Amino acid sequence: MIELIDVHKSFGENEVLKGITASVQKGEVVCIVGPSGSGKSTILRCINGLESYDRGEISVEGLKVDRDAPSIVKIRTQVSMVFQRFNLFPHRTVLENVVEGPLYVKKEPSAAAFERGRALLAQVGLAEKANEHPPQLSGGQQQRVAIARALAMQPKAILFDEPTSALDPELVGDVLGVMRKLADDGMTMVVVTHEMGFARDVADRVLFIDGGVIVEEGPAKSVLNQPQHARTQDFLRRVLHPL
Amino acid sequence: MKGFWHDAAEFFPILMSGVVLTIVVTIGSLLLSTVLGLVWAMMRVSGIRVLSLLSASLINVIRGIPIIVLLFYLYFVMPDLGVTLSALQAAILGLGIAYSAYQAENFRAGIEAIDKGQIEAAQSIGMGWWLTMRRVVLPQAVRIVLPPYGNVMIMMLKDSSQASTITVAELALQGKLIASSTFKNTNVFTMVALMYLTMSIPLILLVRHFEKRAGKK
Repeated sequence: MIELIDVHKSFGENEVLKGITASVQKGEVVCIVGPSGSGKSTILRCINGLESYDRGEISVEGLKVDRDAPSIVKIRTQVSMVFQRFNLFPHRTVLENVVEGPLYVKKEPSAAAFERGRALLAQVGLAEKANEHPPQLSGGQQQRVAIARALAMQPKAILFDEPTSALDPELVGDVLGVMRKLADDGMTMVVVTHEMGFARDVADRVLFIDGGVIVEEGPAKSVLNQPQHARTQDFLRRVLHPL
Repeated sequence: MKGFWHDAAEFFPILMSGVVLTIVVTIGSLLLSTVLGLVWAMMRVSGIRVLSLLSASLINVIRGIPIIVLLFYLYFVMPDLGVTLSALQAAILGLGIAYSAYQAENFRAGIEAIDKGQIEAAQSIGMGWWLTMRRVVLPQAVRIVLPPYGNVMIMMLKDSSQASTITVAELALQGKLIASSTFKNTNVFTMVALMYLTMSIPLILLVRHFEKRAGKK
């Protein structure tokens, strides 16, 4: 469904992606792990067209990702994104945040969009917060609203960019619970995360990235329990046993 | 003091006709400067180099010309080019264009103050540039822009007096005409100053309200 072939990306002199080749199948959950600055988020941002890439090719269901082409709108409505810092629209209510895309991008009828918006808020356990504004919610609640907003576009895949990194530890579980449910329902997901437990339990595959290249990839349990590459072993040891 | 109140009662109706024109010039040029300022600001942040450069140049040219020269140009030079404007039209157009540069910079600052994450979130759900502006950026920028916008309103009210230089009989010109025919300079110009102050005070309170609201946010 999502294909990356030899993707290169530089910010000035700094080459952050050095030939990434990977694919994500329909219904698959792929977690991308690796140290900070390794290029994990950049991959997601290139898939969604928030960043351009210099060389190689990215395609979503056969459609080439080109952030300057009109087709980017179609790709973005098919591949939603959930951000580390939620990026909800603070001037709109929770429900308005969720229906913004369906109403103004997909031009869905208002009644149907609002009805589905309420159902999605119920799905993420926030039905009673529909008329509040994002700043009135906790970080975990805001991230669940962001997931509902992504789902409202009825996407074929969702990209999660470190969705729990900005949350207090006690709020992480609620967000991961919603994501686990999505995975169980067959949603295609690409998740950049430091939550190794989530990756081990939920992901079908894990990509370990370091220095802009895929160092190791394979089934989640295999990569996370018996990493083959020394760099992966070192990273996992540091993450799982920081002391 | 008795003389002042006597003069006030006598000159008040004439000065009030000036007040009406002052308000017309202020509101007219405020609306025009807002629309033009928004256009310049949008061009500036459009990401299209040609539009951005054009807007930056226009803003610099407008800022570099004194308002009074702009008014003279519109009222005295334009007829030579075949465009004749009434004094009121020229005043509204001149002040509107002059202030559009300041409005544009104010609007641009407000737009650029919005977190980039907001724009990315809008883009990620498929919004184009204009929809992102309309639904996400501008509604949030308004809160940031309002306090300086209020200050511009006060400045425009006072600068509307420059319309007197091209014969618009607004408050300052009415005062000058009365003073020069009666020689009661002190009383007349005190009245004129008090009338400007009376119009400014509600605007000053409005700015304070905007600032408080923005501060709360």
